[in-house]
Amino acid sequence: MDISLTVNGHKVTAEVEGRKLLVSLLREQLKLTGTHQGCDTSQCGACMVHVDGLAVKSCAMLAVEADGAEITTIEGIAAPDGSLSPVQAAFQEYHGLQCGFCTPGMVMAATALLAENPKPTEAEVRDYLEGNICRCTGYHNIVKSIMAASGQSVAPVAAAE
Amino acid sequence: MYEFDVIRPATISEAVEALADEDAQALGGGQTLIPTLKARLASPSALVSLSKVAEMIGICYDDQGRLCIGAATTHAAVARDTSYPALSAMAAHIGDPAVRNRGTIGGSLANNDPAACYPAGVLASNATITTNKREIAADDFFQGLFETALEEGEIVTEVKFTIPQAANYQKFIQPASRFALVGVFVAKFADGVRVAVTGASEEGVHRWTAAEEALSSEFTPEAIADLTVLSDTLISDAHAIADYRSHLVKVMTGRAVKAAG
Ligand SMILES: Cc1cc2nc3c(=O)[nH]c(=O)nc-3n(C[C@H](O)[C@H](O)[C@H](O)COP(=O)(O)OP(=O)(O)OC[C@H]3O[C@@H](n4cnc5c(N)ncnc54)[C@H](O)[C@@H]3O)c2cc1C
Ligand code: FES
Ligand code: FES
Repeated sequence: MDISLTVNGHKVTAEVEGRKLLVSLLREQLKLTGTHQGCDTSQCGACMVHVDGLAVKSCAMLAVEADGAEITTIEGIAAPDGSLSPVQAAFQEYHGLQCGFCTPGMVMAATALLAENPKPTEAEVRDYLEGNICRCTGYHNIVKSIMAASGQSVAPVAAAE
Repeated sequence: MYEFDVIRPATISEAVEALADEDAQALGGGQTLIPTLKARLASPSALVSLSKVAEMIGICYDDQGRLCIGAATTHAAVARDTSYPALSAMAAHIGDPAVRNRGTIGGSLANNDPAACYPAGVLASNATITTNKREIAADDFFQGLFETALEEGEIVTEVKFTIPQAANYQKFIQPASRFALVGVFVAKFADGVRVAVTGASEEGVHRWTAAEEALSSEFTPEAIADLTVLSDTLISDAHAIADYRSHLVKVMTGRAVKAAG
């Protein structure tokens, strides 16, 4: 099946099998390996991208369903000159990552959250990250990074509930 | 995943035609079906995607004043709608944001997972499930674990709700799956209260009629204080034994009544 879509602002056409997942199209055909795949069960969120502005797990969407869509991956988040987005810069500043495996998904989730809700509370940040699993950080520094990226104080970040 | 074709019809009639092939299967948001296909637990010859069927997407009112939700409407879209706040709040807590951006009400009802949220909302609300062939009352639609009244090739096209006077859904989350360990939806109508329980029973979503009777005469958490939920048909698993689920059904019902006010 032939599909055409926009990926990080570039028009792309591709021939894909029906069963091809969006994550495989991105990683294997388009060589955009910043989008990670961390599970088989649609639970970890490492594969998160934006489809027409909405956060979606690219391992749980068929590539053909992205025909005509605008996709943004982690590679499309920094400015064209390479300068980091506010979310990326805050992850660097506040140690929002350790091994980095979950980070593309975390940045995509955080970017979608702030587009929808520019000044979230800490509880809203934690709630939004429900579908993004991190095995390293214990989440505190990720939450701090997102609070900082939204221009809010990071000091009082505490465990949920 | 085994190989399959993908068909993307634009209308209900084209979708139904494509589904006439007995090995074809409907694809809603894929949030249940794609993981199932990845695990090779199903091998359809073709998936008929409902995501481009415009007449199945969106929320409106019919001429009888019922709220009509297209079956291919996402959980996120229902969560944003303000017409039926208890249902929107329930949709807003299904899975996580990415699941809600793809998953649909029709897919959730057709799947009838014993721990899913929508079956409880639809059953308690006494909603009507419209398919390409007929209208099915919620009481007749859900038929046990992953079983519904849908026939081969039949699709849910719309779900119609009469909005209750007061309603609330309380979900005790199973933290690994984010489904309901026990979820209770309570809806109070002029002619009585309906209580639907998910997550608890080996028979899937069901009504708790003893609580309905008690709450119909007095809509307070105290009204159910003397009731007990029999645990013999409740699920016992690694997450909770049946007695605990029985306890939770009552606690969650009380909380839902209190929150509904
Ligand atoms: C991480 C995660 C967490 C989740 N947490 C929850 C939760 O807390 N609560 C909850 O309720 N659910 C939860 N879900 C399930 C989610 O709500 C799914 O979206 C839903 O169960 C299926 O809807 P879908 O549109 O994705 O359907 P699909 O996965 O596309 O399809 C599911 C089944 O329904 C059939 N189907 C789809 N649409 C129709 C239709 N219109 N008519 C007839 N048959 C149809 C398909 O053929 C398939 O058999 C979770 C899922 C994930 C991945
Ligand atoms: S790889 Fe998509 S959720 Fe884990
Ligand atoms: S930084 Fe290692 S998984 Fe999150």
